[in-house]
Amino acid sequence: MRRQVPLLLTAIVGFVYIIQFFVPHKPFNIIEHLFTDWILIIAACAIWLGVLNLLKLSSEKVYKRAKDWPYALVIICGFFMITVAGFFFSGGRAFQESGTAFDYIYVNIFTPLSATMFALLAFFVASASYRAFRARTFEATLLLLAGFFVMLGRVPVGDLMTSWLPQGYRLSDLAGWIMMVPNMAGQRAIMIGIALGIMSTSLRVILGIERTITGGE
Amino acid sequence: MDSVFSHTIAAILTIGIISFLYKDNPLYKFCESLFIGVSAGYWFVQQYYANLLPKLFDNLGITKLVGAENAPEGALQALFLEGRLDDNLLYLIAGVLGVMMLLRLSPKIGWIARWPLAFTVGSSAGLYFITYFQSNAMSQLEHTILPLNSFNNLVLIVGTVTGIIYFYFSKEHKGVFGGAAKVGIYFLMITFGASFGYTVMSRMSLLIGRIDFLFGTWLGLVK
Repeated sequence: MRRQVPLLLTAIVGFVYIIQFFVPHKPFNIIEHLFTDWILIIAACAIWLGVLNLLKLSSEKVYKRAKDWPYALVIICGFFMITVAGFFFSGGRAFQESGTAFDYIYVNIFTPLSATMFALLAFFVASASYRAFRARTFEATLLLLAGFFVMLGRVPVGDLMTSWLPQGYRLSDLAGWIMMVPNMAGQRAIMIGIALGIMSTSLRVILGIERTITGGE
Repeated sequence: MDSVFSHTIAAILTIGIISFLYKDNPLYKFCESLFIGVSAGYWFVQQYYANLLPKLFDNLGITKLVGAENAPEGALQALFLEGRLDDNLLYLIAGVLGVMMLLRLSPKIGWIARWPLAFTVGSSAGLYFITYFQSNAMSQLEHTILPLNSFNNLVLIVGTVTGIIYFYFSKEHKGVFGGAAKVGIYFLMITFGASFGYTVMSRMSLLIGRIDFLFGTWLGLVK
């Protein structure tokens, strides 16, 4: 019961999606539409599960006065602040309506925090590349040069340095060419490789060969 | 005044996160925890209004049942008021699967979450099988079949084919095959370098945005 039902569910749902691609007519298109809605509902519950689990762990930390418990309290307070605003002081169905308390928290707390958190990665990427990038081999030199020209070609100083060259031969044009031609070729190879890998893994899952999702071996 | 106060909050939080560059400190930990809490809350609310409310509660008629204004009639109203089985009643199964997912929080009956998980995995597998087949495999192949009338087309074809050859591990990379795989590595290296440069520039633009906010919007030093 614990193993067989999940395997059966996986196979049925997987085959419905594959069949409706080749036979996009009743009843498969209706079932596919229904399943897509169900997935969104289950995904929402999965996100709620993650959030509730975070709250559970944070509450336990506060209750036991574990190490750094005041920060766990900040997590709980931050959560309730935006959730209460979202359910009681927002635009309802148009929950992100501007001028509401929910939007105020989103604009003045959530956005600066997330933008700065990702901006911080610029420093770490720079320091990591300083340590890792060494033009020891031909391949490493290619990687270094491609990165260098793409970065330089995307800032005004790149074009300024090559302003004496005719249009179409400046650094921004070189960066554009790298992105559109050799980079595109590599990306295509990677994408086709990923697609073949995903297709074979999907088939293994649907046919029940891959059973790790059911907690099995 | 209100904007000065909100900008000051945003500026303190921005400085708090940036302060990690010096070292891990209480202000950074506070901002990090606040970010986690607020993000979790944001997605909690977003998922409710974007998915649970319109797709589950409205279709079943639960929104109408609890007396919400302008709520549409759902499957429960059809069943109990009109005595007919509405198609939307099928959303009850999704609701049950959702609750089963939440039961993961209980250690004793947590195994029941495997059912909705299996549903999600099955649909993802089915969906990915066809979408990746269509958009990544076939569409990319289609766009690679180009006329050999320009240098760019030649580079695209050679790069794609040799890149795929590199990913083929069922045959030893020796001789002509090995040479082609080697050319594939060169193209992949250019791709990784370009992707790296692109990522760095996107992070840099975010950083410039935050610095502009601090010195321009908040302090007014940059006009």
